[in-house]
Amino acid sequence: MVKIGVLGLQGAIREHIWAIEASGAEGVIVKRPEQLNEIDGLIIPGGESTAIRRLIDKYRFMDGLKKFAADGKPMFGTCAGLILLANDLVGYDEPHIGVMDVKVERNSFGRQRESFEADIDISGVADNFSAVFIRAPHIVEAGENVEVLAKHNNRIVAARDGQFLGCSFHPELTDDYRFMNYFVKMVEQSKRKNFA
Amino acid sequence: MKAGTERVKRGMAEMQKGGVIMDVVNAEQAKIAEDAGAVAVMALERVPSDIRAAGGVARMADPKIVEEVMNAVTIPVMAKTRIGHIVEARMLEAMGVDYIDESEVLTPADEEYHLFKKDYTVPFVCGCRDLGEATRRIGEGASMLRTKGEPGTGNIVEAVRHIRKVNAQVRKVVAMDIDELMTEAKLLGAPYELLLEIKELGRLPVVNFAAGGIATPADAALMMQLGADGVFVGSGIFKSDNPAKFAKAIVEATTHYQDYELIANISKGLGIPMKGMEISSLAPEARMQDRGW
Repeated sequence: MVKIGVLGLQGAIREHIWAIEASGAEGVIVKRPEQLNEIDGLIIPGGESTAIRRLIDKYRFMDGLKKFAADGKPMFGTCAGLILLANDLVGYDEPHIGVMDVKVERNSFGRQRESFEADIDISGVADNFSAVFIRAPHIVEAGENVEVLAKHNNRIVAARDGQFLGCSFHPELTDDYRFMNYFVKMVEQSKRKNFA
Repeated sequence: MKAGTERVKRGMAEMQKGGVIMDVVNAEQAKIAEDAGAVAVMALERVPSDIRAAGGVARMADPKIVEEVMNAVTIPVMAKTRIGHIVEARMLEAMGVDYIDESEVLTPADEEYHLFKKDYTVPFVCGCRDLGEATRRIGEGASMLRTKGEPGTGNIVEAVRHIRKVNAQVRKVVAMDIDELMTEAKLLGAPYELLLEIKELGRLPVVNFAAGGIATPADAALMMQLGADGVFVGSGIFKSDNPAKFAKAIVEATTHYQDYELIANISKGLGIPMKGMEISSLAPEARMQDRGW
């Protein structure tokens, strides 16, 4: 069984743990950088990206997160997590972790009153997936090796860049675990490859 | 595509979990809060301790202050409406505020009825002292709860009482025989269907923060330890000696609420917290927690 961590600084943490466990993997809440050594894949949850970023700096997570990415281990960012993974942010000089080759715009669908849910198709993962968008970002530009997995109103809302998976919406807020199953498979494949 | 669904409104509160929501009265304070790692700010005309001191009728903040705060930060902005004041609430919704607090900190507009919150696209947070009050608010459509405590006192005792009570009552409902549930609903004044849902889920169906009296990092960590999903800090930050430092320390203590060495370290030399008040010194009409039902 693979072990998947959820960055446990702030946000919807326990919902991801439930989804990981329902998908047949072991879920661990990661509160300290040294825990990154014990896991095969990492989820950066939805929450407030500015608050999570501050806590990443405060607890010296940044080097560990960059090394985790450099080691080729899978990472999945949902909403705020996507913002933290992106290597380019509209309106900002510097990205956060900056490992996924996408340009992301924050709060790009508007404020809370414009937040919504919609059924979308995630290519190769799930049709009619009920996606919950909350003050959501979207991917403005995807690098050439990035596979676009889903669009809503012509905006990219889910994508995969090799070991990195990101989406604008919150799969953890529903009990549809198909997207999480897809990530668990990514982690299983990556672990097998590292053993081979 | 649907906006303002229950999942979208409750989900917004889920994203705030483990975080600190700070009261601010202007753009400058909002920026300090955002830099300190607040997950949202509550835009107000005065913090609760100043509302107490000023006396008179406390109303929704001047929309100009709310707008100034909305323009200053990228994190969500909440604002307070008087209990039952449909028009204040609709004004805040029209302005695009991210969450409305139907709050006992302001003077109630209606002493009998709370807002019917299911009608709004914007989500609401409401105060509670026990599970009956909590479920009545959820029944009206609140997407998030906060225990009331006693706002503006810097005294944690009421906040402790309320979070303990709500969580003890949740545990009781979860453990009780289903035959006993209707009588429990009657005794609590709680909608039966919501108690049934709590029993099935094993928890409240919405996020529950703690509020009303949190003045130090240790206070914030205490509320987390007692089972709060996050904390609201009102007067505790901007009435302290060093707001930026207090704000950061409270955020860290909330994240790492079981790391006592860390909380001790960040509490060193913080300066003087807001001056507190003994609850028994409050006249009955000065008790904000008794507003609403």
